[in-house]
Amino acid sequence: MSSATNTLPTGWAWYVAILTVLSLLWCLWILVNNSKKIEPKDQPELHGQNVWDGLREYDNPLPKWWSNLFYITVIFAVGYLALFPGLAILPGYLGWSSTDRYKKEVAEVNAEVDPIFNAYLKQDVATVANDKGALQIGGRLFQTYCVQCHGSDMRGSKGFPNLVDADWLYPGTPDAIKTTIMDGRVGAMPSFAGQLKPEQIKDVSQFVLTLSGRSASKDAALRGEETFKQICSACHGASGKGNVALGAPNLTDDVWLYSGTAAAIEEAVVKGRAGVMPAQKDQLGEARVHLLAAYVYAQSREAAPKTPAQ
Amino acid sequence: MKLTHDTIERKTGLLIALVIFVVSIGGLVEIVPLFFQKDLIEPVAGLKPYEPLRLVGRDIYVREGCYNCHSQMIRPFRSETERYGPYSVAGEFVYDRPFQWGSKRTGPDLARVGGRYSDEWHRLHFEDPRSVVPESNMPSYAFLNRSIGGADIKARMSALKMLGHPYSQAEIDSAPAALKDKTELDALIAYLQGLGTQIKSIKG
Repeated sequence: MSSATNTLPTGWAWYVAILTVLSLLWCLWILVNNSKKIEPKDQPELHGQNVWDGLREYDNPLPKWWSNLFYITVIFAVGYLALFPGLAILPGYLGWSSTDRYKKEVAEVNAEVDPIFNAYLKQDVATVANDKGALQIGGRLFQTYCVQCHGSDMRGSKGFPNLVDADWLYPGTPDAIKTTIMDGRVGAMPSFAGQLKPEQIKDVSQFVLTLSGRSASKDAALRGEETFKQICSACHGASGKGNVALGAPNLTDDVWLYSGTAAAIEEAVVKGRAGVMPAQKDQLGEARVHLLAAYVYAQSREAAPKTPAQ
Repeated sequence: MKLTHDTIERKTGLLIALVIFVVSIGGLVEIVPLFFQKDLIEPVAGLKPYEPLRLVGRDIYVREGCYNCHSQMIRPFRSETERYGPYSVAGEFVYDRPFQWGSKRTGPDLARVGGRYSDEWHRLHFEDPRSVVPESNMPSYAFLNRSIGGADIKARMSALKMLGHPYSQAEIDSAPAALKDKTELDALIAYLQGLGTQIKSIKG
């Protein structure tokens, strides 16, 4: 057996081989047997059934060109079985297997691209972010692996962060972006439905609205401020500016991952939020993640002057 | 009676019998031995029969005809493994009756979609695919947000047990409880999140 994983039992391998060879011989036998020309005078009156309207049909062999083509297929089969593992008991002269072909294909391409990837891997992400070629590769990788959540325009959607608004849930430094892609992130806004009364949740949501300068009920916001200081400030900070180390969003800007309406804020407090960025290191490997991080960093940096920095 | 082509062509019954015999040789050589090839019939390491929720999800996958647009078969080409992950092997599908390999990719292959996106992503994507992927032409499956019938889950699992899936009686008995308060969407997402998760890399 050429392939280590091929576990066809020997008995069955012989069964395949014998049936295959017998079939070939049988085809040959039929061909030879039906190629003999019988002279019309030697053909008996075939039960009187081969005469229609006075036309007599003779028992003639297959046309030469046709039976010759059939002979060629038999010869082809013999050659094929010699080269490829068709007989099951022999690996074939070429030792071919689909697994080997795949490995060869991968090795060939890797020999070409690995030096490129590894050269970038030796530089830090910020440096790679200035390399035009690297950004082209990173862009292609992004369009293959990242657009499903972050969108082909990198602007995300509800629950999936916009990567080009210069606002970061987790640190937006080159290395932190790489960590985010490598290991993933899991949002950890707990549900406060058990801890807070519905009234308190309404009040604190009104207070959160005021943090970003939105219109809110003044009395409710005043009551909510107390709750915010006691509970929410642990992650979002006393002034509501958030904490990138925890992935706690800044509540004082106009960037909302889940929309900034009172209803959406209440929903977040009641149900909690647990946005998931899946880890990519297993699938993509560090070299590709490195390029992706550089690409994302470069794009966000480009966007930075257009919007106020956090 | 001599077995010449003249005899065979005049006796239709004999002709039919011989045609069936000749055609069956292909299957006898190419298919039957595979039933006895270990790496094709034994589950890959870590593969378990579908737990009740995922089993229901699989049935919904089949019912909704997801296989019409999604394959579950990563072929051994670099272009495929770069995009989808390690190529599929037979041992991953031993508990699939029938397997959902498919042959049409209007959407992407799903053989290794498990864990690729968050549950929440799947939920939003089923409700309105364009809310997360504006370019998508997948239909909305918002109607799946309804409770699972699931009355026949024990019968389904018992039938699979008869076919050799190693369910214990306790697993079958507790199945209805596992489906309580779950929606069809929950089941389908649970099914997808388990797909292809046994194999993380191609082994030498």
